Amino acid sequence: MNKILSAEFIAPDIKRFVIEAPLIARKRKPGQFVIVRVRENGERIPLTIVDGSPETGFITLMVQGIGKTTKTMNQLKSGDFVQDVVGPLGKPTHIEKFGFVVCVCGGVGTAEVLPIAKALKEAGNRVITIIGARTKELVVAEFEMRTVCDEVIVTTDDGTYGKKGFVTEALSAILNTDRKPDFVLAVGPLPMMKAIAEMTRPYKIHTEVSLNSIMIDGTGMCGGCRANIGGKTQFVCVDGPEFDAHLVDFDQIAQRQKQFVAQERISLDRFVHENHTCKLDSYINQQEKS
Amino acid sequence: MENLPVLTKKDRMAIPRQKMPEQAPEIRKRNFNEVNLGFDEKTAVLEANRCLDCPRPTCIDGCPVRIKIPDFIRMIVQKDFLGAAEKIKEDNLLPSICGRVCPQEEQCEKTCVLRGKFQAVSIGRLERFVADYERKYGNFTPPHFLPSNGKKIAIVGSGPSGLACASDLIQWGYDVTIFEALHEFGGVLVYGIPEFRLPKEILRYEINNLKKIGVKFIKNFIVGKTLTIDELMNEEGFDAVYLCVGAGLPWFMNIPGESLMGVYSANEFLTRVNLMKAYQFPEADTPIHIGKNAVVIGGGNTAMDAVRTAMRLGAETATIVYRRSEVEMPARIEEIHHAKEEGIVFRMLTNPVEFVSDENGWVKKVRSVRMELGEPDASGRRRPIPIPGSEFDIDADLVVVAIGNGSNPLISQTTPDLKCNKWGNILVNDTSGRTSKRGVFAGGDIVSGGATVILAMGEGRNAAKSIDEFIKTGDWDETDRLSQPTP
Ligand SMILES: Cc1cc2nc3c(=O)[nH]c(=O)nc-3n(C[C@H](O)[C@H](O)[C@H](O)COP(=O)(O)OP(=O)(O)OC[C@H]3O[C@@H](n4cnc5c(N)ncnc54)[C@H](O)[C@@H]3O)c2cc1C
Ligand code: FES
Repeated sequence: MNKILSAEFIAPDIKRFVIEAPLIARKRKPGQFVIVRVRENGERIPLTIVDGSPETGFITLMVQGIGKTTKTMNQLKSGDFVQDVVGPLGKPTHIEKFGFVVCVCGGVGTAEVLPIAKALKEAGNRVITIIGARTKELVVAEFEMRTVCDEVIVTTDDGTYGKKGFVTEALSAILNTDRKPDFVLAVGPLPMMKAIAEMTRPYKIHTEVSLNSIMIDGTGMCGGCRANIGGKTQFVCVDGPEFDAHLVDFDQIAQRQKQFVAQERISLDRFVHENHTCKLDSYINQQEKS
Repeated sequence: MENLPVLTKKDRMAIPRQKMPEQAPEIRKRNFNEVNLGFDEKTAVLEANRCLDCPRPTCIDGCPVRIKIPDFIRMIVQKDFLGAAEKIKEDNLLPSICGRVCPQEEQCEKTCVLRGKFQAVSIGRLERFVADYERKYGNFTPPHFLPSNGKKIAIVGSGPSGLACASDLIQWGYDVTIFEALHEFGGVLVYGIPEFRLPKEILRYEINNLKKIGVKFIKNFIVGKTLTIDELMNEEGFDAVYLCVGAGLPWFMNIPGESLMGVYSANEFLTRVNLMKAYQFPEADTPIHIGKNAVVIGGGNTAMDAVRTAMRLGAETATIVYRRSEVEMPARIEEIHHAKEEGIVFRMLTNPVEFVSDENGWVKKVRSVRMELGEPDASGRRRPIPIPGSEFDIDADLVVVAIGNGSNPLISQTTPDLKCNKWGNILVNDTSGRTSKRGVFAGGDIVSGGATVILAMGEGRNAAKSIDEFIKTGDWDETDRLSQPTP
């Protein structure tokens, strides 16, 4: 059981948790994740470690309430416990001085990129980060990102904040200048990562994406997280989660992510049925924040 | 003790091998309750009376941990069931588990003099009977302990090998901690072997007893990730480490279609159902795909467990596809027999070459070739050879690949001075379990590449002896020859 020290909504349905996990806080490196089980009889889900401090023994996780498990987690408040937290898992991001780096992120992906962008900057890179969101209130971690990057570009689909349009358009503008990036990192929804991969491919710019497969153990034991990388089967939990974007078979991953759509709907319906006040809950939580 | 009728050898040989009471196949194939119900006292005594109590018993030679079989069987005849349990526990920590999952027909019952025409004594079932009896009626009496010696031992992995090692070391005065990566203890016993063959309650009982005698259990801790072996030894003060992390890296067949939806490794399929309780979905949150036509590839215990699990989840047909013939199947005979009774289809001498997709990316057929048996291969079994032009399709919307496991690289990757063979199995000195790294021992499936519960336990106990010796003498022969086991 790990204690939640703070939990607050930073955008509708996106909650930031600070959780007690001293050993993980000591060990984790940017790009790594934990597996969390919210309750007894709960499923095991991977969550990226957004931050962590060896001094306090705390780690920070960012949860977007999409399915039953993430929505259940987002009902937890400071002082509550999560059943199990294990990690740090996966290979850390490879950090080196590439020169000019562009990070592209969307949704909670932004929070995940934050420690990586910071490490890349500290390694001596010029770092531009492009943050994409559907609408203004879904832009997260922008302020923190500005403190660690040379430049931050925000795009919203509806134009309510930053540039109107998609992250791909912002990246395209950069790719059309003379100074091409030496390294591109994309973290976010699968279609977005696929689009970025296709954009950098013609320029042969080294591009990495962070894959979010369905996982169980997270230790290489079950093979459920497998993905086709350059024609070879790799396990995202131990060989990744970051891979060379130009080798990833995105369509196959997209398909495998849909394996349990029918069951997920059943779970979610039950959740909604059991928690008809949840809308109100998240509303109250947001009020606390402001 | 009661006065017992004196039976002659002829009387004993006239008693038929007693049948194991079990759930009827039609009923059990749709539930997860244990198949075998266990002997009652009367049946157990009758079966025990079949033992000829040979002057030079051969059964013991068949047992990897040399349980004093005739002694405990004699105690059953005398109705001293608790004494019989004690007797077994001198050599085997977990009789309630081994009595259920050991391949007795390849071990003690194979070397029983009655095997063949008269049929071997049901040693495994008797072992199970006394262990269950003890769990029900016995009082847990802590074993005799040596005084604490203040030495700390880390055991990595809570499978049978780790449990056996911990049990010995704690009694010899060590401070023992078991680290487990998952959120439950037991290794394959909890995530692999299904409830209908090994009720989890039994495992929990045994683990609780170890907790009662002072073994510390830490879950959600991945050695190599959460802390490395060096950190355990140099910073956390562990004097020795026993690595028994199992063989957890599923092999796939590397044929087209293996990543289609509906295709699982046996580890994933069984973990979802057993560890994550997907059979209780949606009460438990982890889902599982329920196939109409389930096909499981492989011929071992894992394959039998997977195919019978698919049947219990509601499959209309459940089929084993195996590339050799039935005599080569490594599964326990009882499991094959039970599977057949439950209506599992066996397609022998058949090998998949492709998983064929429907229009939505779900598996719909297993394209296979027929095989014939050629000359014996390295394993001594006749090598299966594909028959050209024999391709055919089997309908399947659920496929489980159960062709074995490689070794998990998490430990070896983070411990460069630990020598492994090319399959990633940790190399050890034959008898002692000593690895190439001072103070570090290894055993169980991570060394053997996948064997049995009883062998993993035997190696755990051997390692306990070596650890004790190392701690007492500080001797570590750096020039030790490490053996190269072949999986
Ligand atoms: C489905 C199935 C059915 C089987 N049926 C039978 C049978 O009927 N009879 C029989 O005799 N044998 C059977 N076997 C084989 C038997 O289960 C194994 O040989 C035995 O469990 C091996 O024991 P072990 O202790 O070496 O490893 P395991 O039981 O595999 O346990 C290893 C444990 O270590 C943990 N671990 C791994 N890495 C780390 C790490 N880095 N840090 C911390 N913990 C870690 C794992 O999570 C696991 O819990 C079966 C196997 C399977 C898969
Ligand atoms: S999650 Fe099981 S192998 Fe990756």
